[in-house]
Amino acid sequence: MSDVLISVRNVSKAYGETLVLERVNLDVESETFCTIVGASGCGKSTFLRMLLSQERPTGGTIKIANEPIADEPTPDRGIVFQRYSVFSHLTVEGNLLLATEFQHAPLTGRLMGKARASALEAIEDTLEKIGLSSARKRYPAQLSGGMQQRLAIAQALLKKPKILLLDEPFGALDPGIRSDMHALLRQLWKELGMTIFMVTHDIHEAFKLGTRMLVFDKVRHDPHQPDAFGATITYDLSLKDDNTNAPEADELFPARPDQTKGPLT
Amino acid sequence: MRIINRNPSRLTNFYLGLLPFAVTAAAYMIASHYRRLDNPSDKLLPSIGDMGASFYRMAFVPDRRSGDLLLWIDTADSLWRLGFGMALATLFALSIGLMIGFIPHARSALAPYIATFSLIPPVTVLPILFIIFGLGEAAKIALIVIGTAPVMTRATAQAVMDIPRELIIKAETLGASVLQMLFRVVLPQTLPRLITSLRLALAPAWIFLISAEAIASTTGLGYRIFLVRRYLAMDIILPYVVWITLLAFIIDRLLRWLSRRAFPWDHLEGDSL
Repeated sequence: MSDVLISVRNVSKAYGETLVLERVNLDVESETFCTIVGASGCGKSTFLRMLLSQERPTGGTIKIANEPIADEPTPDRGIVFQRYSVFSHLTVEGNLLLATEFQHAPLTGRLMGKARASALEAIEDTLEKIGLSSARKRYPAQLSGGMQQRLAIAQALLKKPKILLLDEPFGALDPGIRSDMHALLRQLWKELGMTIFMVTHDIHEAFKLGTRMLVFDKVRHDPHQPDAFGATITYDLSLKDDNTNAPEADELFPARPDQTKGPLT
Repeated sequence: MRIINRNPSRLTNFYLGLLPFAVTAAAYMIASHYRRLDNPSDKLLPSIGDMGASFYRMAFVPDRRSGDLLLWIDTADSLWRLGFGMALATLFALSIGLMIGFIPHARSALAPYIATFSLIPPVTVLPILFIIFGLGEAAKIALIVIGTAPVMTRATAQAVMDIPRELIIKAETLGASVLQMLFRVVLPQTLPRLITSLRLALAPAWIFLISAEAIASTTGLGYRIFLVRRYLAMDIILPYVVWITLLAFIIDRLLRWLSRRAFPWDHLEGDSL
């Protein structure tokens, strides 16, 4: 495999006695749109947080472009959360200006006068593209859920990250809005040539958007000690061309008598 | 319709709010009337008119001995002490609270200390303050600061820790330094909470102010009511209590107005205090 951007070797994550993830191995080439699905509590969000350096693996290594992953969040990885992704105390404009202000005002992080005006001009295109031009003076609490997430995605892309991480970004949105967001995200991904990891509960979303889909699940079970084993990647599907021979959801998540499943829609 | 589903109209709302005040005033006037029927020079429940006259004298007739308008001297001195003390307490709470809330090592070092300090009953420190600072302004201001700053610090630190972690992480991915996060994310997210804690701390601050003034002072609202207590001058004490309450109410409303004005984003959802 050429051009491997992210390589994950034998990664595990435990919280105290509870093993969440174990033996996770993965190589992802750049410009992959990688969707991650799995039952509730299977560690898919934990995995994403490790890719963000919000959490560190208990064992194993993660490398980005052959370098060990930074030990704290850095601008080369953008993030969109399901909630609290944008700054509630800043207007739409303020949210989009923030990255520039951090860059050009090292001490206070605040631009004034001319510098601010030219930074405002620079975000004009972005505002237009995400359809928030007329809402530029509003605070996030005054925006709909879809508008907030469009703002969150635009904000996450300001630093032109190589990797964009999405943690159930559309989980709280209506189906109609959601498909608009899918179109926006696909378009951005094609334009900007970045690598995307997206955790979702929605398996149809995962098939529709991804070029590669990872399924997290537990392979080993001890009925007496349910926390003894963690989840790992059980399916790794390439979705590049067509999805005709993709397995059904039932096949991806075989029912087990000893465990009740989280909702998978 | 069941009573839980019946909402008063605006006018009813206003009059219902007024009602308990009116009842209290009426009850006082009736009791005062009957006491003065027995003894026209009764000192305990003076008439509204007497109280008005005394309050007018305090406010607009120069004192025979000093030539001062006592009410305004008292009010200015008390408000200065209260304001200076609360300003210091707020500054302390903000700087230490931000550190405790934002920087784990600072939290380890300072949180248990501040928590312990906040449990000292402040008035027990008053004798120590009088010994160290003397009987002047410093001791009174110090009491207000010691009484309110630790609790406000803890409230501020909690407000910082209540900021969704997502926002801090987002700021990191946007390339912010610690100082930039402090100025652009943590501080603005915390300030509305700081104003709330300041408003709540004003109630104990008044207690400490009046106590300190009662014990050792030559001016101030607390000094005056404890001074005239010797002459059973209820006609001065009662209007002073109402005056102090009014001042406290106005300060509280001003702070609320300030918060809504300066942080509109914090008042978009739901009602606040």
